[in-house]
Amino acid sequence: MTAITMDALKVGADETTALQGGRAKNTLLAVADGGTVADRKLKVPPPPAQSQLAGPSSTEQNAAQMRALLGAVLPPVAGLLLLLGIWQLATMNGGSIPTPGKTWDAAVVLFSDPFYSNGPNDQGIGWNILSSLQRVAIGFGFAALVGIPAGFLLGRFATLSSMVNPIISLLRPVSPLAWLPIGLLVFKKADPAATWTIFICSIWPMIMNTAQGVMRVPQDYLNVARVLNLSEWKIVTKILFPSVLPYMLTGIRLSIGTAWLVIVAAEMLTGGVGIGFWVWDEWNNLKVEHIIIAIFVIGIVGLILEQTLLLLAKRLRMEA
Amino acid sequence: MDKFVQIEKVGMSFDTKKGKFVALRDIDLNIRQGEFVSLIGHSGCGKSTLLNLIAGLTLPTAGAMLCANREIAGPGPERAVVFQNHSLLPWLTCFENVYLAVERVFAANEPKARLKERTTKVLEMVGLAHALHKYPGEISGGMKQRVGIARALAMEPKVLLMDEPFGALDALTRARLQDELMKICDATQATTVMVTHDVDEAVLLSDRIVMMTNGPAATIGEILTVDLPRPRERLSLAHDAKYMEYRSAVIEFLYAKQSHPLAA
Ligand SMILES: Nc1ncnc2c1ncn2[C@@H]1O[C@H](COP(=O)(O)OP(=O)(O)O)[C@@H](O)[C@H]1O
Ligand SMILES: [Mg+2]
Repeated sequence: MTAITMDALKVGADETTALQGGRAKNTLLAVADGGTVADRKLKVPPPPAQSQLAGPSSTEQNAAQMRALLGAVLPPVAGLLLLLGIWQLATMNGGSIPTPGKTWDAAVVLFSDPFYSNGPNDQGIGWNILSSLQRVAIGFGFAALVGIPAGFLLGRFATLSSMVNPIISLLRPVSPLAWLPIGLLVFKKADPAATWTIFICSIWPMIMNTAQGVMRVPQDYLNVARVLNLSEWKIVTKILFPSVLPYMLTGIRLSIGTAWLVIVAAEMLTGGVGIGFWVWDEWNNLKVEHIIIAIFVIGIVGLILEQTLLLLAKRLRMEA
Repeated sequence: MDKFVQIEKVGMSFDTKKGKFVALRDIDLNIRQGEFVSLIGHSGCGKSTLLNLIAGLTLPTAGAMLCANREIAGPGPERAVVFQNHSLLPWLTCFENVYLAVERVFAANEPKARLKERTTKVLEMVGLAHALHKYPGEISGGMKQRVGIARALAMEPKVLLMDEPFGALDALTRARLQDELMKICDATQATTVMVTHDVDEAVLLSDRIVMMTNGPAATIGEILTVDLPRPRERLSLAHDAKYMEYRSAVIEFLYAKQSHPLAA
């Protein structure tokens, strides 16, 4: 018995080095990736595995890294500058749209005190963003609570799926704002109506993606479950849930994206505190620079939400 | 028990878009308890189909199948399967993958500590003591296949079913795992059915070799009894006259009597 184990250990060791060799080669390529084709030709000559350790000197590597960084950062910055330039050119000679400079000045004032509160209709931009985010969180939370289990059921039971799918296909293309009056009617108040709108628009991507994920669980895994005769609970927790997780996260990302799109419009209609309502209020006050600031703020918050979820998905995929 | 696994007049047809496809017909086979049987035949003849039938993953469209005198009505842990592509759950470590099986079979009667002990022991048996807490993505193909075998063995199944368990491995790793498998089978006296397309593997490991005709509507062509003493030793067998005879009998069947479907 000992002999087997020793042998096995030896194989194991060999195989590990082989793996590491592969990985080292990958990093080498990754470093060279940012550089030009010529760079790449220079830096990926024969030596793989071990010579990586003694490989290109560290200064040379740093330079390559710098170049890669610049290559990644420069174009977006240039794009932004171009946008600012066009904006400046278009608004320089007066007109109703403020110049970038004027907008910046207004933004500095606005963000110097984001959390003031002078009654329900006059609050700092921080409060407005936070209350919009809160509405999104609540509406989205309920949608996840309902949508994810519903997606599991639809993916697992074909009859149910063919029963419900036509309804989903019918309701999904409806603009979420069309649901707002129903919300107002049922809840009699603006705030829950806006949350309801978020709920209804974020539920579809979660149902659809979760169901997709469940249907695409590899047959091999399900065969394992059948041979082991696992309980439904074990099947859900050990097999379905982990393999559906990436799909679910995609659903969540799409949901939050849509929710953030919709909240602005919903708040314009319902009023109260929130970034959408704020935009509408500033329009009534004819503070156009504030509207432009709001557009940037909405964009940036949306971007942060999306990137956070992408990062989360990547982390989970790496663990799996 | 001479008829531990009984397969009687079994046929299997699939409903496909082009109509009914008969994969297997008239399969008759009895497997003794503790016997090692391998299924060999050209690719696509229905070896996996037959193994899945014994596993209960699919049910036959004709005939009857019994295991320990009970009808095979579905899959179950008493007939453990080592899948062709290992089928480990990538989000569980090697230990957890095996533990899932151990827990399912023994949790009703044994405390947790004992379950963990079983898991560790079986992984040690296949030489993976050093990789207990690695994820399948972090180990080589040969190691993954060993975890698959450990998972099956851990259930202490009545029948061990293996679908080309070493098919994807390099020759050296394969030989090593074959030797280990022989030791494990000798030690546990497991009844084993293995699908293979490797003639040497079949002769080295088997008590009987079931040779299948080409599909469609494949059936058992010949059964060869391999009467070599155990424990068997790869090196000494290489020049054994009887071994050579068995080997050429299988080759004869595969390449003369059932020439490859593509060549025909
Ligand atoms: N689920 C299925 N539906 C239709 N045809 C199938 C199915 N499973 C297997 N077959 C067919 O049955 C035959 C035997 O397949 P298989 O048992 O996988 O062969 P082998 O394992 O010997 O290579 C093949 O022609 C294959 O296409
Ligand atoms: Mg097969």
